[in-house]
Amino acid sequence: MIETLAAYFAYPFVRYALIVGVLIALSSSLLGVTLVLKRFSFIGDGLSHVAFGAIAIATILDLGNNMAVVMPITVLAAVWLLRTGQHTKIKGDAAVAMLSVGALAIGYLLLNIFSKSTNISGDVCSTLFGSTAILTLTQLDVWLSIGISIVVILVFLLFYHKIFSVTFDETFSQATGLQASRYNLLIAVITAVVIVLAMNLVGSLLISALIIFPALSAMRLFKSFRAVILCSAVMSVVCAATGIIVSILASTPVGSTIVAMDIAMFGISYFAGQITSRS
Amino acid sequence: MAQLTCKDVTLGYDGKPVVHGLNFSVEQGDYLCILGENGSGKSTLVKTLLNLHPVMSGKIETGDGLSASEIGYLPQQTLVQRDFPASVTEIVRSGLLGRCGMRPFYTKREKALADENMRKLGISHLSGRCYRELSGGQQQRVLLARALCATRKMLLLDEPVAGLDPNATREMYELVASLNRDDGITIIMVSHDIAAAMQYAKHILYIGEPLFWGSTGEFRDSGLARHFQDESRHHCTWSEED
Repeated sequence: MIETLAAYFAYPFVRYALIVGVLIALSSSLLGVTLVLKRFSFIGDGLSHVAFGAIAIATILDLGNNMAVVMPITVLAAVWLLRTGQHTKIKGDAAVAMLSVGALAIGYLLLNIFSKSTNISGDVCSTLFGSTAILTLTQLDVWLSIGISIVVILVFLLFYHKIFSVTFDETFSQATGLQASRYNLLIAVITAVVIVLAMNLVGSLLISALIIFPALSAMRLFKSFRAVILCSAVMSVVCAATGIIVSILASTPVGSTIVAMDIAMFGISYFAGQITSRS
Repeated sequence: MAQLTCKDVTLGYDGKPVVHGLNFSVEQGDYLCILGENGSGKSTLVKTLLNLHPVMSGKIETGDGLSASEIGYLPQQTLVQRDFPASVTEIVRSGLLGRCGMRPFYTKREKALADENMRKLGISHLSGRCYRELSGGQQQRVLLARALCATRKMLLLDEPVAGLDPNATREMYELVASLNRDDGITIIMVSHDIAAAMQYAKHILYIGEPLFWGSTGEFRDSGLARHFQDESRHHCTWSEED
């Protein structure tokens, strides 16, 4: 088995997949804790569908570099969603649901009407499930992921206490003079960036899993914010790494294998949490 | 000069005025209770005092060395907080953030201040515990310690006893009274509990028709007290859901 792995790791694309996979898992798990606690668990789903719609538009317009279209549209959607969270007539969950379903439908519709490809369902399937994208990463993608992950980690190190306060009690933190809306904006923008990147890894349908599972598992086990964040990051990295290795060995789809690992981890955490809370 | 002065203030949401002609002031060491029915504009007033919501007209001034971001605020609990994984220390310390500016960590001195406030409110032994596992009364003490970290001058408490059992309610009132008496902290409390307001407050602000602001004795004599008591009894089944 070790020999098979060594043989695979001789290929650069396998090494790239592992590096990018682990970094994206790390970034999304850090954000995940805040998003889950803010009741935005579904934002990953919503934004990835928006990104899917944007990809459809980029494909139709025949733009060489999808990122230039996808990134700004997704960031705008994220800002809109997180900003309208509390104060508007359409509540957070409804806004996410609306955007998610709407973007998916319009994206698919546009692809069908204007597509030049002969294999639409194949294209759609690979966008949604990220079936092969992770194995076709270029060196640029790897550097981009490393850059983004460093930004996410830096933001968390520098603004950790502020993110905690804004997540726990937005009104109070505003009352003490913290610009809560600025931190919400910051969270929205990096969420969007991470999600667009993560689409390369697990595809748009499975991004939610990367955001919510590590956070929920960590919350079963730990009771302070710091411990939950750290545990969630560690779990997410472990699941992503084992998921990628298993998918290579068993030749299963990468995204679904990682999510299966995350689900298993949640199950273990759930029972461990039950046992420790009883004793 | 008063710590807080409201001059002819009109409050409202989305261009619709809720309260007209609000005039009152709060002196250092005062204990003001804000009474009024649900929907009368109490929460809007709280948000406005904290500078989270603009006045429609009129002026709110702070003075006597107090700035709006130095008001320690005890909000009503939100749904998010009920299952939030956070230790008591983490929450209390978050009250210090106003002093931090862009600095990403707390200094030793700030941490010591947080510890001192936890001691003052008798929650030192809970410091490592998880917030969501505490009783309602303990949770309110944690949030009160956090508010104290943000201020040494004025506390603004939004229905601090909502959802507490009678024992915890009495303890909470005594705690607030002792902060006012022993530490000279100015108290502004939004409340439904008129009996407690009459017992502890020095001044009463009644928001409704008519507006009233004056000492507790004047409020008792005005007959408004009885009127409000009847009204709130009438509405109590509604206010429970609030």
